[in-house]
Amino acid sequence: MMNGIWAAIIALSFVSAILTGNVESLSASVVDGAVKAVELAVKLLSTMALWGGIMKITERSGLSLIISRALSPVMKLLFPSLRDKEDIISVMSMNVTANLLGLGNAATPLGLESMRRLQSVNPDRSAASRDMIFFVVMNSASMRVIPTTVAALRQQHGCKTPFDIVPCCILTSLCSLAAGLSAAYIMMNGKRKGAPEC
Amino acid sequence: MLTEASFYILPSVIAFTVGFAVFRKVAVLDAFVEGAENGIKTLYSILPTLIGITVAINMLRSSGFIGFLTSALSPVLERVGIKAELLPLALLSPLSGSGSLSVYGEVLSEYGADSTVGRIASVMTGSTETTFFAVSVYFGSVGIKNTGCTLYAGLFADFTAFVLSGLFVKMLM
Repeated sequence: MMNGIWAAIIALSFVSAILTGNVESLSASVVDGAVKAVELAVKLLSTMALWGGIMKITERSGLSLIISRALSPVMKLLFPSLRDKEDIISVMSMNVTANLLGLGNAATPLGLESMRRLQSVNPDRSAASRDMIFFVVMNSASMRVIPTTVAALRQQHGCKTPFDIVPCCILTSLCSLAAGLSAAYIMMNGKRKGAPEC
Repeated sequence: MLTEASFYILPSVIAFTVGFAVFRKVAVLDAFVEGAENGIKTLYSILPTLIGITVAINMLRSSGFIGFLTSALSPVLERVGIKAELLPLALLSPLSGSGSLSVYGEVLSEYGADSTVGRIASVMTGSTETTFFAVSVYFGSVGIKNTGCTLYAGLFADFTAFVLSGLFVKMLM
């Protein structure tokens, strides 16, 4: 499905650039986009290496197990089939913790490592498992408690109380997370299969 | 005050992690190096997806499509009480993290951080993640082609955040 969306975005860009007279900037954006991706990759290289290293330390020290036991009531509810897979649940719990703390940089490497481990127990290696779908929906919705980036930008724009939006943010995040997970649950159970075609 | 407190999160997490590991007699640097190597390998596996996605999103941003869609949809949105100024942000936030942050900055400059529009934009930005990026990179990293209903569910979460951010700001602030 991502193939179709990718092609659609490019076709849509081409047509709307012609209609709105933006072909010149469209042309520049192609090469510029690739350069931006590499810049992003360089940033990610540092965070992937840093948090990959920290993750290994927490595993060796047993800290990751302590974290995953603290989160286990929630994780067991969402991922019942991973009950005995402590090594998978512990990395996933660290990803959730990083998200809650607002450490977005750390959440991505931990999330990707979780995906690698989820893939190792996935019966069909070309299709998303139920656990993967829930996990990626969780990461694509927001779990952060304190929106530090937003608060910093508000402060730069002269706001005296940049954190007064926190209650609204937490409520909105929780509702949208619940909405995303419910939507995934309903769509998957509608087809009664681990990875429905859609 | 809280902004300053937030600077403590990252160093505290690192210091606590390393301190705890030393207490448990882990060879900390060896473990770090091993994990960092894995991280670099993972990055290598997502790089092609990253380039493909970023190029497409960058094309969409410069094509004028979002502006076009905003002007087409704003009469409908105004009628149901949603501020059309927020539509570019809502359309961009599932697609591009850096893009939506720059649009968010523009909204704050234009309307002010304490205006209703500025507050709604803040709540929207603070309570969504880049869905398209997460779905393509997370699944791309393990080579999964069939992503099931993940993208729909993720976009539904973003849509919910878009609608509720306005509602909660009006109710609670």
